[in-house]
Amino acid sequence: MPSKIHVQATINGQPAEFLCEPRQSLLEVLRDILGLTGTKEGCNDGNCGACTVMMDGRIVNSCLVLGPEIQGSTITTIEGIACGTELHPLQTSFLKNAALQCGICTPGFIIASKALLDNEPHPDEERIRFWLANNLCRCTGYDKIVRAVQEVCQ
Amino acid sequence: MSTVKEYKVIGTRPVRHDGADKVTGRALYGADYSAAGLLHGFVLRSPHAHARIVSIDTSKAAAFPGVLAVVTAADLPESGDRMVDLGEGEVPLSHVRGNIFAQGKALYRGHAIAAVAAASPHVAEEAAGLIEVVYEPLEAVLTAPAAMREGAPVLYGESNVSHQFQHVKGDVAEGFQAADVIVEREFTTSTVHQGYIEPQNASAFWSSDGRVSVWTSTQGAFIVRDVMAAVLDIPVSQVKVTPMEIGGGFGGKIPVYLEPVAALLSKKTGKPVKLVMSRKDVFEGTGPTPGSFMRVKMGAKKDGTITAAQAYLAFEAGAYPGAMVVPASMTVFAAYDIENGLIDGFDVLVNKPSTAAYRAPGAPNAAFAAESVVDELAEKLGMDPVEFRLKNAAKEGTRRMDGPKFRRIGCVEVLEAIKNHPHYSAPLGGPNRGRGIAIGFWFNIGMESSCNISVNSDGTVNLVEGSTDIGGTRTSIAMQAAEVLGIPVTDVNPSVVDTDSIGWTNLTGGSRTTFATGWAAYEAALDIVRQLKERAAKLWSVDVSEVEFADGVLKSSAGTMTIKEIAPKLNGTGGPVVGRATVNPKGVGGSFAGNIVDVEVDPETGKTTILRFTAVQDVGKAIHPSYVEGQLQGGSVQGIGWALNEEYFMRDDGTMMNSSFLDYRMPTILDLPMIDTVLVEVPNPGHPFGVRGVGEANIVPPLGAIANAIYRAIGVRMNHLPMSPPAVWKAIASK
Repeated sequence: MPSKIHVQATINGQPAEFLCEPRQSLLEVLRDILGLTGTKEGCNDGNCGACTVMMDGRIVNSCLVLGPEIQGSTITTIEGIACGTELHPLQTSFLKNAALQCGICTPGFIIASKALLDNEPHPDEERIRFWLANNLCRCTGYDKIVRAVQEVCQ
Repeated sequence: MSTVKEYKVIGTRPVRHDGADKVTGRALYGADYSAAGLLHGFVLRSPHAHARIVSIDTSKAAAFPGVLAVVTAADLPESGDRMVDLGEGEVPLSHVRGNIFAQGKALYRGHAIAAVAAASPHVAEEAAGLIEVVYEPLEAVLTAPAAMREGAPVLYGESNVSHQFQHVKGDVAEGFQAADVIVEREFTTSTVHQGYIEPQNASAFWSSDGRVSVWTSTQGAFIVRDVMAAVLDIPVSQVKVTPMEIGGGFGGKIPVYLEPVAALLSKKTGKPVKLVMSRKDVFEGTGPTPGSFMRVKMGAKKDGTITAAQAYLAFEAGAYPGAMVVPASMTVFAAYDIENGLIDGFDVLVNKPSTAAYRAPGAPNAAFAAESVVDELAEKLGMDPVEFRLKNAAKEGTRRMDGPKFRRIGCVEVLEAIKNHPHYSAPLGGPNRGRGIAIGFWFNIGMESSCNISVNSDGTVNLVEGSTDIGGTRTSIAMQAAEVLGIPVTDVNPSVVDTDSIGWTNLTGGSRTTFATGWAAYEAALDIVRQLKERAAKLWSVDVSEVEFADGVLKSSAGTMTIKEIAPKLNGTGGPVVGRATVNPKGVGGSFAGNIVDVEVDPETGKTTILRFTAVQDVGKAIHPSYVEGQLQGGSVQGIGWALNEEYFMRDDGTMMNSSFLDYRMPTILDLPMIDTVLVEVPNPGHPFGVRGVGEANIVPPLGAIANAIYRAIGVRMNHLPMSPPAVWKAIASK
């Protein structure tokens, strides 16, 4: 029996296929097999949000999804947010509002924020905080992250 | 009034140079390192907090398919003992080595025992499970008071008290005699973790020519290099450390854990090896900050003058000495001008992970105790808590109890800013609400930094430095060079480089990077200005003394030239221009911070909600105000977590019961309000731009401020951290 499973999916708008072990998570697939290291590992048990990606229009912790589970799915990672050399408004706003310090949680926050704004263009502060409560940041105290998201909503 | 200097670059808010990489996922952090033939390692850790290691049998693991090497303490060279410099202080090599692999005895649960390298991390982990370790479990001791007790289990040596000291100022007995009111209280704080989101990681390659290359997330690449050399018994010249982008540290990424292990595995396999900790390993195997037992006694006269202060500080060092009780003693009463004082400090070994620095290490614990007592004194005297603190505030010339005399400081200015802030007099607007204040001090450090700047032919410059950028310091350093050169900061291209490519640079810590490496950039830029003047003199055929430089323009009777104009002419007038500087500045300026915080306590559950939070700090001069505000906000929120939620739940046998982010509950975005900031600028006379360093002082006051707010909300003084819902509920119930 082969030790690896063949998987086909759409990743950042491009068809992708790869072989992975049944026990490898989507996070491992992205980082170790596909070289998409922008998605970060902070806890590997779904409690920090650093590995947040979009899967078929929903945000997921990629550490909690197994690689073979994405067969036929559409995945968007932080590498697929900008349009060529033009940053997404959230990326620009995070920079302008100093919403990152070390930057390790930033990809997860940007993906999660984008998922919110794609569905609700004008969330209030409470809604932004509620939506982002699965993403931990230890550097900023969150103030400037909220402001960065708010600025894009205006 | 001091004259305010006009700056063109300093005080502006440009986008950081590494920004695009960090919002697009391109920035490479330690765990992102990859190389052809890369192996993955796994570290086996002790399940016992205190145990003799009887035997280690690695044969089954070594024979497991896919395993290429297994290493244990026996693979570390026995290079004798001596002191090694870890940046913020010297420690015995035996302790450093012992924390990398347990030597005969496991001293905490999570202590590294052995490591495996294999083709995949899963295989390495599976194989590590086959290592047979026979332990003889010993009784664990977990708190400072328990470890100091007669007959307590001793970790090693004669006693668990690894360091004991005393600071004396004046006559404390006389001081208390002169007091009309005396308050004495005991305080305890739990072990908490720095909580950076990126786990520790390290990759290493031991080349056949003996050179060892390391890629790691560290606050001090040169510290890693020097520790590697000492632990592996090789010359420093054989080690090159490349600091990768770092996902937070807060002091916790100063110690060296994985790097030598990765190197040993690489030496055995001839391949590069990467090690990444799990979150559980981070909690159990890396330095948290010490839990502490403190007794603080202070006395004051009816007019509000504090006459004496006494502190007994016993801090848990964990498995190796260095409990941060010394900095605690340096800061505990530093905010006040008190004639008589006595401080006793004890650094106590316990069966917990060896503690590491955490943002102003030691100071938040101490300030929690001191600011609670100060608050109670003010209340007993019927004085406003700000007025009471102002009456006793430390000033230029005040001598700290540990000896040093303050130069120009901003303690009074911070208190005035609190007093004058609209938050301080705003209505609280509801029952079970309270407002607290507190202040705190951190001394900051200077130390060694190096910087090279080369001029490009288009008039831009490349700036090379060695300080890990943990929160925007590429930019705060580049801004200081841009200010000197009179060019936009976008014309400075800063890089943080490996240890082969820049002069020795001390760690990113102690709030020193913008201060000291910024100073090196300032000096290197001045070196460029000096050389540009010489080139201009040559081009103009005038004496160099006739050339002036201001705002990026060279001037003499022969004409003017901008940097952009002279830049393409440099190669033809004597060769490229490179400015360089190394510094070890002494003019460190300590920083004071203060908070106003409003809380609401739910009497049914004991849960405390932060309603409003204002963070004030004397920042000297804010080079990049947004990044400075970010430091205040981040430090404040770490303080909020420490005050309200965070703690290691330890079973009596030393097992941590909450080693995940689910159960070690750090503040989320939903737990908090906006964090208002006030940047007080009392320039540090010891820095060319007045910089004090801003990373740490902000975490010192929140613990006490929140305790004082809770008291005003529910009438109970909380003397233990964290003030978690069960603790507050119990306190209300037993009122």
